[in-house]
Amino acid sequence: MSPFSTYIIHLADNALILGHRNSEWTGHGPILEQDIALSNIALDLIGQSRNLYQLAAERLNSLSPERKSITEDDLAYLRDSTEYKNFVLLEQDNGDWAKTILREFYFSHFQLLQYHGLLNRKDPGLAAISEKSIKEIRYHVKWSSEWVCRLGDGTLESHARMLNALDALNPWIPELFIAADYEKEAAESGLALDPSALYEDWLSMVNTVLANATLPLYPPEKKDAFSLSGKNGFHSEHLGYILAEMQFLQRAYPGCSW
Amino acid sequence: MIPEEKIFEDKIAREVRIEPRDWMPADYRKLLIRQMSQHAHSEIVGMLPEGNWITRAPSLRRKATLIAKVQDEAGHGLYLYSATETLGITREETIDQLHSGKAKYSSIFNYPTLTWADIGAIGWLVDGAAIMNQVPLCRASFGPYARAMVRICKEESFHQRQGFEILLTLSRGSEAQKHMCQDAINRWWWPSVMMFGPPDDASPHNQKSMQWKIKRFSNDELRQKFIDVCAEQVRVLGMKLPDDKMKWNEDEQHYDFGEINWTEFREVVNGNGPCNKERLEARKKAHAEGAWVREAAAAYAGKKNHSSNNQ
Repeated sequence: MSPFSTYIIHLADNALILGHRNSEWTGHGPILEQDIALSNIALDLIGQSRNLYQLAAERLNSLSPERKSITEDDLAYLRDSTEYKNFVLLEQDNGDWAKTILREFYFSHFQLLQYHGLLNRKDPGLAAISEKSIKEIRYHVKWSSEWVCRLGDGTLESHARMLNALDALNPWIPELFIAADYEKEAAESGLALDPSALYEDWLSMVNTVLANATLPLYPPEKKDAFSLSGKNGFHSEHLGYILAEMQFLQRAYPGCSW
Repeated sequence: MIPEEKIFEDKIAREVRIEPRDWMPADYRKLLIRQMSQHAHSEIVGMLPEGNWITRAPSLRRKATLIAKVQDEAGHGLYLYSATETLGITREETIDQLHSGKAKYSSIFNYPTLTWADIGAIGWLVDGAAIMNQVPLCRASFGPYARAMVRICKEESFHQRQGFEILLTLSRGSEAQKHMCQDAINRWWWPSVMMFGPPDDASPHNQKSMQWKIKRFSNDELRQKFIDVCAEQVRVLGMKLPDDKMKWNEDEQHYDFGEINWTEFREVVNGNGPCNKERLEARKKAHAEGAWVREAAAAYAGKKNHSSNNQ
């Protein structure tokens, strides 16, 4: 698979896995209005993943016209954990509302910068998806930032829960900014974006909000210590269970239309 | 009759909507609070059996539509809680009544969703029965309820078509899919027929509700209408409704149908259905685990108000 196709699948996997995790809250949210809001974000992300998988499928089909053509669902439902390329951050369990909010906050800021960067890369298909998605992500950024402030600067309990969330999620952040080989290659050919270039902007954006929320800032020194790399298919144990659940029908009844 | 009551009765007779600030008999208010809050709770509890399949939906398109559908139910709950608030009861009080078991919700949601086909069957049968009940409520005498129902009915009929389409796809699929489709219809049919409530001669609230034009048709009339429609639609699916006694009655111009198991109905209403405890526990758990979130939001809003007042 070409580096750029792999890159599109990486973007799609990110959107799908976080959309899936967020959708686990549907019907169980702490406030009815917020249940609706988070379900809506889940829906946006799943919509983005569909657009991206379709783009990837189109490319793969046009490169190998002799093979049976693949669909968005083949990509989502018939790949195993090591073939998935989402960030480890996104597959973590939802935990409490603080952890879910913080993850949405970190990722939506990242995604906003990433999709902005993709607007003027060479591939018009990806640029179009980015443009459409940015409109949605702006809302995700606003919504999650407001919640980070409410929880950080709300009660003693909510503040303590945000501290736990920071502890749980901060270790998964460096991966976002370390380019995978396919990402580097695709970036060099003008199609993708090297994520290390986004770090400074991301740091300043999230730290502005964390400061307002009276929470500790994300530590600026980059950690190069050993960590998992979901974008290279090296995941935590959570992803296997997500896929087992998500792919159950497609695996149990192969080749059916639904 | 006091003068206010005369005005009220006159409005009902002339089909003029009753609005929240108008005088209304205490029993009218009570009946509406009971019915509307029960309706709101049904939307919210109803999110659970369908939400059960969001993470296992078989394609990305189905997953997206199912999330959107369950989210619509949350929206319906929201307008109905708001409409109920116009009668002088807060959302918190209403929700407390659900959690304490004082308020009921539609018993249909106490049945489990076992396979993907159940999502189709709920859309077709459960939403279908709900629409049958709800379309006449768009003309209910209480303004906020009638207006909420107009919007809800539009979305429900969309859900019903989606549900039918899920079943249609299964009915044209593999043997296993066809079997899944028939099995779901078998399990959801009778509970859906029971959704119209007890027979008219045993329905305590029917008469008052009809007299005040909250309801326009009796339980049995709506049930018959539903059965007549489904008996035709099931043929398109090439499936069967699980009722040996069902047959067209030329004289009545309706379908005859078999005996309804009212013992099962009463058991499920009284808390002994297959999922009553789980459903209520899930709602209570979400509410209890969300308490710190609501407190934080209130504390933060308080701080912001305070600081803007001091500026």
